[in-house]
Amino acid sequence: MNLEQANRRLCMRLAVIALGMFGFGFALVPFYGQICAALGVNSLTQRDSVSNTQIDASRTVTIELDSNTRDLPWRFRPLVNHLQVHPGELATVEYEIVNQRAAPVTGQAVPSYGPQFAGEYFKKLECFCFTQQTLAPGETRRMPVTFVVDPKLPRDVNTITVSYTFFEVAGRGGKS
Amino acid sequence: MSAVIDHDHAHDHHDHHGGYGGIMRWITTTNHKDIGTLYLWFSFLMFGVGGIMAVAIRAELYSPGLQFVDPDFFNQLTTMHGLIMIFGAIMPAFVGFANWQIPMMIGAPDMAFARLNNWSFWLLPFAATLLALSFLMPGGAPGVGWTMYAPLTVQMGMGMDFTIFAVHLLGMSSILGSINIITTILNMRAPGMTLLRMPLFVWTWLITAYLLLAVMPVLAGAVTMTLTDRHFGTTFFNAAGGGDPVLYQHIFWFFGHPEVYVVALPAFGVISQVIPAFSRKPLFGYASMVYATSAIAILSFIVWAHHMYTTGIPVTGQLFFMYATILIAVPTGVKVFNWVATMWKGSLSFETPMLFALGFLFMFTLGGFTGLVLALVPVDIQLQDTYYVVAHFHYVMVAGALFAAFAGIYFWLPKWTGKMYDETLGKIHFWLTLVFLNMIFFVQHFLGLAGMPRRIPDYPLMFETWNKISSLGAFGMGLAQLLFLYIVVKCIRSGAPAPQKPWEGADSLEWTHLPTPVPYHSFETPPVLH
Repeated sequence: MNLEQANRRLCMRLAVIALGMFGFGFALVPFYGQICAALGVNSLTQRDSVSNTQIDASRTVTIELDSNTRDLPWRFRPLVNHLQVHPGELATVEYEIVNQRAAPVTGQAVPSYGPQFAGEYFKKLECFCFTQQTLAPGETRRMPVTFVVDPKLPRDVNTITVSYTFFEVAGRGGKS
Repeated sequence: MSAVIDHDHAHDHHDHHGGYGGIMRWITTTNHKDIGTLYLWFSFLMFGVGGIMAVAIRAELYSPGLQFVDPDFFNQLTTMHGLIMIFGAIMPAFVGFANWQIPMMIGAPDMAFARLNNWSFWLLPFAATLLALSFLMPGGAPGVGWTMYAPLTVQMGMGMDFTIFAVHLLGMSSILGSINIITTILNMRAPGMTLLRMPLFVWTWLITAYLLLAVMPVLAGAVTMTLTDRHFGTTFFNAAGGGDPVLYQHIFWFFGHPEVYVVALPAFGVISQVIPAFSRKPLFGYASMVYATSAIAILSFIVWAHHMYTTGIPVTGQLFFMYATILIAVPTGVKVFNWVATMWKGSLSFETPMLFALGFLFMFTLGGFTGLVLALVPVDIQLQDTYYVVAHFHYVMVAGALFAAFAGIYFWLPKWTGKMYDETLGKIHFWLTLVFLNMIFFVQHFLGLAGMPRRIPDYPLMFETWNKISSLGAFGMGLAQLLFLYIVVKCIRSGAPAPQKPWEGADSLEWTHLPTPVPYHSFETPPVLH
C-alpha cells in the first residue's frame, strides 16, 4: 500500500471518528435523561413516595400556585391562588385547562419551585404533570394535584411557590 | 516573513508557488511553511482584535460606575474577547507552529493533505468575519459569555446565529487540521523516526489533535442544538418546552474541559523543546512526559462537571469530579518536575525564548495551583463566577499558552527567516509582558476573594484600587505587544543573518539536518537517522 492510499484510509477513519463524536453530542441528550432518571435527580414529573405522615401542626406553610403556557392555545389556571398547609398534611388543589384551538392538542406540564431547593420537599402524590394531557377542541378539564410538604422543610421557609408551565408536545396533535 | 521566503526563492529554481505571485500565492498555497505563516499572522491579527476588546473592558472597569460602554455592549465585549482569543488567537497560533514544525521535526516533505491544509486555514478568516459582523446585527453581538450558555442563547438576536455559524466554521477548520496532523505524524515519519523518538512537541500535537477530533464535533452539536432551539422549534435547552439548560452545560463542558488541554498541551510541547535547548541537556524523563501528556488528555474527559458545582448536581457527583480534577495535578506535576529536572545542573543561558519558557514555568504552575483551589467543591461554591476564576484561567491561557507561543516564536524565528531578532528588545518585551501580566491578573485574585463577580461593567467602590491597578496593567500589556510586532517585523526586514545553528543546545531534525533559513521545500528525500 503506498503512502497516498494509507493517508486516505487513515483520513477516512478519522473522519468517521469526528462524525461519530458529532452524533455522540446528540446522544448525550437521551443519555442525560436516563442518568437523571436512574439517579433520581431532576425527577420533576415523577410520583414521589411519602413515608412520614406526621403532621407538624406547629407551623404553616403558604403554597402559592402559578400557571403558564408556552406557545399553547390553552387557558390554564389554578382554582385557588394560594393556600396554607401544615408540613406533613395531605392537600389537594385543582387546576383548570381549556383548549381554545379548534383541534385536539397534547401538552405536557413541567413544575418549577421557588425557592428552588424547596422542590425536593414538595412531594407530589398525584399530578397532571405525570402524564401528557390531550384535550379535544374546546374541551375543559379540571385536574388535581395532591401533595404533602415534607416536615423536614427548613424552618425558615414559610412560602413555596409552585409554578406549572404547559408546553405543546410536538407531532402529537391529540391523535393519541 | 514573505520577503524572506521570496529571497530564498530567488536562489532556488524550483517552481514553488504554482506560478502565482502576490496575494494569489497565499490564497492558493499548499506549502506547510506558507500555511504556518498564514496561521501565525492570522493569530496575531486576532490577538490584536481580542486585545483591543480586553483594553476596552479594562477601560470601563478602571472606575466604578458606567463610563464608556453600556452593560449590554460590555457583555458583548467579554463574549467576543473570549471567543476570539481562544478560537482566533491561541488555537491558530499553535496550529501555525504545528504546520511549520511537525513536517520538519519528523522528516516529512509536507503535511499529508496539502490542499485540505489550505482549506483548514482559509475557513478561519470567514469565521472571523462572521464574528465581527455579529456586532452590526440588530441587538449586536451575543452577550452570553464565551461559554454560550442556554437559555440566554435562545433569546439573543441575530448576532447569535452569526456566532453559531462562526463556531461551526472554526470547528470544521480544527477538525480538518487535526485529521491532517494525525495522518502526517502517523504515516509520514522518516525511516527510523519511531514514535518514541519524536520530539515532544510532535507528541503533544498528536495527542492534542485526537482531543480536537473528539471534542470539536461535540461543540458543533451543542451550538447546532442551540440553533434548532432558536429557529426550528426544538427544545433541547428550553425548560419551558421540556428541555433542560443544565444539559447544555454538560454538553458544552464535555467539550470545554478537553479544550483547555487543546490549548495547554501544544504549549507544553513548545516548552519541552525550548528548555532542553537552553539547558544544553536532553529533556529529563522523555517517556514519562509522553505518558503524562496522554494521562492528562484521558483525564480531561472525566472532569467536566467541575465547572458546574453550583448547578445542583448531587454531592456524590461533586465528590467524583473533585477527586478526578485533583488527580490531573499528578501528571501535570510530573511535567513541571521534568522541566525543572531538565534544568538541574544544565549549562543554562537566558535568551528571550528561555525567559518566556521560565515565565511559563512559574506562572503556569501558579495558574495550575489556583485551578486546584477551584477544584475543591466548598471553595468553588464561594468563588464560582468571581474574578478569582478570571485570574485563574488567564494565568493558564496568557501566562501559559501565550508565553509558550512567544517562546516558540523567538525560538524558531531565526530558523524560519534566517535572521536574528533583536535580543535586547526581545528581553525588554519579556520583562514588560511579565510585569504587566502580573499587574493585570495577580490582583484579580484579591478581587475574586473579596467577592467581585465576573462579567459586570460596574462594581462597588471597595474594589476600585485593585481594578485600577489591573486596568493600568492591561494598557501596558497592550502597548508591550506593539513592541513584539516591531521586533518580529524588524527581524524579518533587517535582522542580522542568523548563524547556521543559533541555539547550540537544540537537537531536533530542523536544527541538525536543515540549513538556516530552512529552504521552501525541505526533506523531499527523507533524512537518514541513526
